[in-house]
Amino acid sequence: MHADYQEKIPNNVGLADDRRLQRALESWQPRFRQWWAEMGPEMPTEDVYLRTAVNVGREGWAHFGHVPVGDYRWGIFLAEPRPDRRIAFGEHRGEPAWQKVPGEYRAELQRLVVIQGDTEPASVEQQRRLGFTAPSLYDLRNLFQVNVEEGRHLWAMVYLLHAHFGREGRAEAEELLRRNSGSEDSPRILGAFNEETPDWLSFFMFTYFTDRDGKYQLGTLKESGFDPLSRTCEFMLKEEAHHMFVGTTGIDRVVGRTARLMVEHDTDDAGPYGAIPFNVIQKYLNFHYSVSLDLFGGETSTNVANYFTAGIKGRWQEERRKDDHRLTDRGAHVDAVVDGEPTTVEVEALTALNTDLRNEYIADCESGVKRWNRILADSGLPHRLRLPHRGFNRFVGAFAKVNVAPDGEVLPDEEWEARKDAWLPTETDKAFVASLMRPVYEPGKIASWLEPPRNGINGKPFDYEYVHL
Amino acid sequence: MSDSTPPVSFQTRPELYRHWRIELDGEVARLVMLVDEHGGMRPGYDLKLNSYDLGVDIELYDAVQRLRFEHPEVRAVVITSGSDRVFCAGANIRMLAASGHPWKVNFCKFTNETRCGIEDATENSGQTYLAAVNGTASGGGYEIALACDRILLIDDRSAAVSLPEVPLLGVLPGTGGLTRVTDKRRVRRDRADVFATKAEGLKGRTAVEWGLVDEAIPRSRFEETVRERAREAAARSSRSGEGGVALPPLEPEITADRIAYRHVTAELDGDVVTITVHGPDGEVPPGIDADFWPLAMTRELDDLILWLRVNEPERGTWVIRTVGDVDAVLAYEESMTGDKDWLAGEIRHYYKRTLKRLDVTSRSLVALIEPGSCFAGPLLELALACDRQYLLEPAEVVVTDANLGAFPMANGLSRLASRFHADEAALRRIRDLRGRRLEAGEAEDAGLVTLALDDIDWEDEIRIILEERASLSPDALTGLEANLRFAGPETLETKIFGRLSAWQNWIFNRPGASGPDGALNRYGTGKRASFDRKRV
Repeated sequence: MHADYQEKIPNNVGLADDRRLQRALESWQPRFRQWWAEMGPEMPTEDVYLRTAVNVGREGWAHFGHVPVGDYRWGIFLAEPRPDRRIAFGEHRGEPAWQKVPGEYRAELQRLVVIQGDTEPASVEQQRRLGFTAPSLYDLRNLFQVNVEEGRHLWAMVYLLHAHFGREGRAEAEELLRRNSGSEDSPRILGAFNEETPDWLSFFMFTYFTDRDGKYQLGTLKESGFDPLSRTCEFMLKEEAHHMFVGTTGIDRVVGRTARLMVEHDTDDAGPYGAIPFNVIQKYLNFHYSVSLDLFGGETSTNVANYFTAGIKGRWQEERRKDDHRLTDRGAHVDAVVDGEPTTVEVEALTALNTDLRNEYIADCESGVKRWNRILADSGLPHRLRLPHRGFNRFVGAFAKVNVAPDGEVLPDEEWEARKDAWLPTETDKAFVASLMRPVYEPGKIASWLEPPRNGINGKPFDYEYVHL
Repeated sequence: MSDSTPPVSFQTRPELYRHWRIELDGEVARLVMLVDEHGGMRPGYDLKLNSYDLGVDIELYDAVQRLRFEHPEVRAVVITSGSDRVFCAGANIRMLAASGHPWKVNFCKFTNETRCGIEDATENSGQTYLAAVNGTASGGGYEIALACDRILLIDDRSAAVSLPEVPLLGVLPGTGGLTRVTDKRRVRRDRADVFATKAEGLKGRTAVEWGLVDEAIPRSRFEETVRERAREAAARSSRSGEGGVALPPLEPEITADRIAYRHVTAELDGDVVTITVHGPDGEVPPGIDADFWPLAMTRELDDLILWLRVNEPERGTWVIRTVGDVDAVLAYEESMTGDKDWLAGEIRHYYKRTLKRLDVTSRSLVALIEPGSCFAGPLLELALACDRQYLLEPAEVVVTDANLGAFPMANGLSRLASRFHADEAALRRIRDLRGRRLEAGEAEDAGLVTLALDDIDWEDEIRIILEERASLSPDALTGLEANLRFAGPETLETKIFGRLSAWQNWIFNRPGASGPDGALNRYGTGKRASFDRKRV
């Protein structure tokens, strides 16, 4: 790694002149490659048509070409600096943004970076076997694109740890590669990232709902008073948007196919015709939406309140909000279950920031549902998808104690047990979905259960050979 | 939190536990902590993340006691968490923030006594405690582990041990944490400094290297390794015996001015509580059961001390009396001497711990030795635990081996050795008086009483002494007594109850901790504490 740093590790952080960072990355990079070889995609490929970011400008961030996945050039990019950026919230509001880690917030910042970093490689691990059942080369390519970018997001967090958190930061960076999704001995930090992604419907749901949680978390870190974190996350959000696109259009295509077959065969059950039954789509949506809601944590959080006051993690679109950005004497309503019934209670706004973020997320998820319902409506079908009640199937926060049906009704345990199979994927549903997951690797061909995409990648047609096997 | 109503009872039993579970498996017992979030002793806080309040700790104390008395077969005890996310997050911060100063101090004192009791069980009962730290242990959670003989930490690259009090709360790890890290586990002071200011704590290998835990064990081998270590500890234990004694509920009669157990009564009158311990009746029975006088009396006295400390904070002086037959007391002592019986040993250590409770009680303690009293041997220790001893002629006292090392104080010395610290001659003289009934003059000459009085002076003298005491500053008296009671060397225990607690209690009183903008009150609001930057 002595030759040309810019060539090997595309970056805009002055790596070529930063000996400390070089030293750190020189020992980290081989470990990362080893991790990728062991825990990355299992499906062998010759090369894949991937987008590589070579700089942050309009031209640079989307540089396309066929590359062997193992040789992907993971780069380090921060969004362009904003001159004289000021901290936008908390008790340091108005002060210049920090370019170095303030000692008093070192522990908290490091924790935030580590947790964010921990989720990035996790999804790569969860999705490592999906290549074997890809419905088309186009989708296979998208999977790899998502995977390499999650890998790059790990790099981004590792860069922050290496550049700003000293020896401990380097140790934490190594730990990020040692924890593995689903590992018994050293699992990933957040539970949802220890579940395998078993099939492509789950993959699309995951990229729509769970990666969207990532988008909102990144959005709050983009507001951070710690400028390098803010700029890193701003650039990551750009890539995250692509993952959302894979999820959104993936579900579009699944819904489109199901709707088409339902109309063609005048049936409610498209299963026998090789598509995913409408009610199974709804169940997968219910599942992925509800577990993703859990990722936002409890209704109230003192840690997040502390992060806000300290200026290290803001609210979604903090700078566009019209309030005092300190929240020291405001109230907010959060979900609660009182006497077994869902309701809301008022708490100090500062402690309600998890709820604030979850609400933003829910509103965003609604837009996906509207979009898919438009496809159903255009097909002339009366069927509609719905987001379940926010208390449905929750294991974190106020709703964890009660059983809530998708329509919001609270159910006794026996009734929940009796009815939950109508709302969540059963083993039979999963087995059926799995039975549809047969790989299609011929250019221009696609599996039976989803529509081809409207457009290819980077202006290329659908039958382009996105992946050389 | 109101410090008055309702009164706190320290009695419980496993059927009533809400937060702990005792699992028995032959010679190994497991104490599993799974705190009921909504089971706080007072309203206003949720016991999240296996955090504890006094109610949780009362159960722990009860469990530790029962394992010692009811289970002679148990030779190793594993403390672990029933939660898969966290071992224990320590004392509940919202509870602490809402509590007045006396409540905080009493709470810490009791939890400290329970931790020391765990160490006592390991050392003296052949019940070795192991901490199976199966999730993050922070603050008081790690301090529970520190009280164990061995700390086994799960190594899943997430679980950590930490003492985050200083960086997060602006107070100290006051349940022995600082002391045990340096004095018990011999963590180097610079590392202890780093550790105690590092909110996130340390994990796995580093925690082992620094000596904060004994082993870091991968998740897949954790349970198995814990079982193995427990078996090894059990194999090393010399505990043997059978026939545990079930501890039935105590049923004191409590009225506004009187608390009466079978052998112990307390009369409440103004700022004075008069505690009377009744000696045994009749012959020593052949076997030991829960009614066995030394055990029953100790349980009652223990419960009374705890009750009065928390529920009667304004009664600043405790007068201690005994009533009964000196010979009967000595006969019981004789029956329990030597290593004949594991149960006799347990009772002796229990009485030792109860006397230690008295030693660290922040009340003025005055012994009244009157005719008809039975301050002999073990009961004389009650008088020697007091700040002053007054004898009314023709009362007598008897010194025995019980007073010369059987019931050491926290400083490792007997109460007589502390009383005559560095005066070997005086101590020798007393040793020679062993077994004899000492009258007023002899007792006074030997330095066993503050003053011997006749019946003409008695009533007035005692009245004036008590009234004068009541007029002095309670805080100054607490400080005075705590300093004078522990002459001689420092031990882990004296440092915890002296140095660590005193600093903690000072910090608790400072605005940086408990002022309206202090760290305890600001905790959980998302607002930052404001500190007076001047070093004092």
